[in-house]
Amino acid sequence: MLDAVGLALIGTGLVFFAAGSIGLLRLPDLHSRLHALTKADNLGLGLLAVGVAFLAGDLLIAVKLLLLWLLVLAASAASAHLIARHARLRGQGR
Amino acid sequence: MIDSLIDKDWVEALWLILDFALAVLLLGLAAAAVGTRDLRRGIALFIAFGLLVALVWARLRAPDLALAEAAIGAGVSGALLLAALRDVPPSGLPSVGARGLPLWLLNLGSVTLAVLLGWALLLALAGSDGIRLADLALANLEHSGVSNPVTAVLLNYRAYDTFLELGVVLAAVLGVLALGPARRSVRPAGPVLNSLIRLLLPLLIVTGGYLLWIGATAPGGAFQAGAMLAAAAVLLRLGGDATAGLPGAVGQRWLLALGIAVFAAVGLGVSTGGGAFLAYPHDWAGVLILLIEAAAMLMIACALALAYLGGRPAGWTIGDREGG
Amino acid sequence: MLPEYIVFGLTGIGLFVIGLRAALVQAAALARILAINVAGTGIFLVFVTLAYRGHDAAPDPVPHALVLTGIVVAVSATALALALVRRLPATPGEDGDD
Repeated sequence: MLDAVGLALIGTGLVFFAAGSIGLLRLPDLHSRLHALTKADNLGLGLLAVGVAFLAGDLLIAVKLLLLWLLVLAASAASAHLIARHARLRGQGR
Repeated sequence: MIDSLIDKDWVEALWLILDFALAVLLLGLAAAAVGTRDLRRGIALFIAFGLLVALVWARLRAPDLALAEAAIGAGVSGALLLAALRDVPPSGLPSVGARGLPLWLLNLGSVTLAVLLGWALLLALAGSDGIRLADLALANLEHSGVSNPVTAVLLNYRAYDTFLELGVVLAAVLGVLALGPARRSVRPAGPVLNSLIRLLLPLLIVTGGYLLWIGATAPGGAFQAGAMLAAAAVLLRLGGDATAGLPGAVGQRWLLALGIAVFAAVGLGVSTGGGAFLAYPHDWAGVLILLIEAAAMLMIACALALAYLGGRPAGWTIGDREGG
Repeated sequence: MLPEYIVFGLTGIGLFVIGLRAALVQAAALARILAINVAGTGIFLVFVTLAYRGHDAAPDPVPHALVLTGIVVAVSATALALALVRRLPATPGEDGDD
């Protein structure tokens, strides 16, 4: 039962990753691409982490995965900000 | 777990599909990274390639390598390449171009080489008798002082290799230092990057210490730990610290010498007891390996940080000339 | 013979040849250094593939240790090469001499 929940969460997470990747490829300019990447991928990764925690069935692993997810959230928010700021300073809204 | 939900043949087929996907992605990313005319794009693709390689190491049950590749192969190499690119505007890149050979001949040669090597590999695999050093390495693990077989090979069975490897690292960093002063352009970072650095720096240092300690029993060790500390140095430099958190010139010299000095001292020390160079006494092997690894970690971190600075930081003097 | 040997072994050889060809064709020194790193990774992949012994068996630690050494030596060589490139005089538009 827990396995099925985990697999469902992982599958949902993968859909968000796919959406983020399609956004990266199809959206017209840098800022909307960043938007697609950070929003969709972070949510996808969160769902993936929760799904894997269900599969592992271990509280310690679940806590580690949660901490990893928070770390990635902070890093991805900061790097998206840096990329956007760099692009604006360079005047490439492209 | 999941395996029980699916038929065994299906599991095999799924692995094969995953392997094919990884192989195609690897080849595609590599070709794109080396084929593009835009170097910045090429380097970004190379970093992605490095992360994918780390994934392949994990797939092939080499977690030690996955850690090292993600930190060194993708992380530090990528940082070094990007820093070098910033120094030299792409139009001003020194070209040491290919002359003489027509392209079709090169392509023909490449395809021939690939076919020959592939054929040789398949022949070698078909004729392999399956006797490997692995059995010997795993059988003697309990005498090595550590229980991570990769660490046992690196610092016990083949400690000579690792000793000389530190020599190579030292020679390379001495070359970097000899070539001139470090890059100057240091911009203070904005508030977002600064708070990220403040968050990551302690995490990197703790992770470095953890990897050093856990390397005896699980994936990790001096190289991965050194790469973590070097990553901390790169972050500090990106945040505007001109010396990347390194100590002064004298301290840097000590750190660089430390890895080799401790290694040699331990090797000679155990040989005074009648053993061979670097043949640790059984009861002391674990402690001595940890000692060597701690020194090697500091040396590698210092060497990689200096490599990222790209030359002598302020404070170095060579002969009577100022370094910085 | 495990299917992984064929898939990843041949991929490793492919990476080596892709990197080697690019190192010969590319003009910019930086691009050549990058290409040599790709070629080296191909060699590492062949080693690690040969160390693999299946999903449930412990792999051979000896090639792993060799490749770990190789990764560190490769980054050291890359650092030295990049420091040298920085000091090469830029000669845009024409081929510099060796």
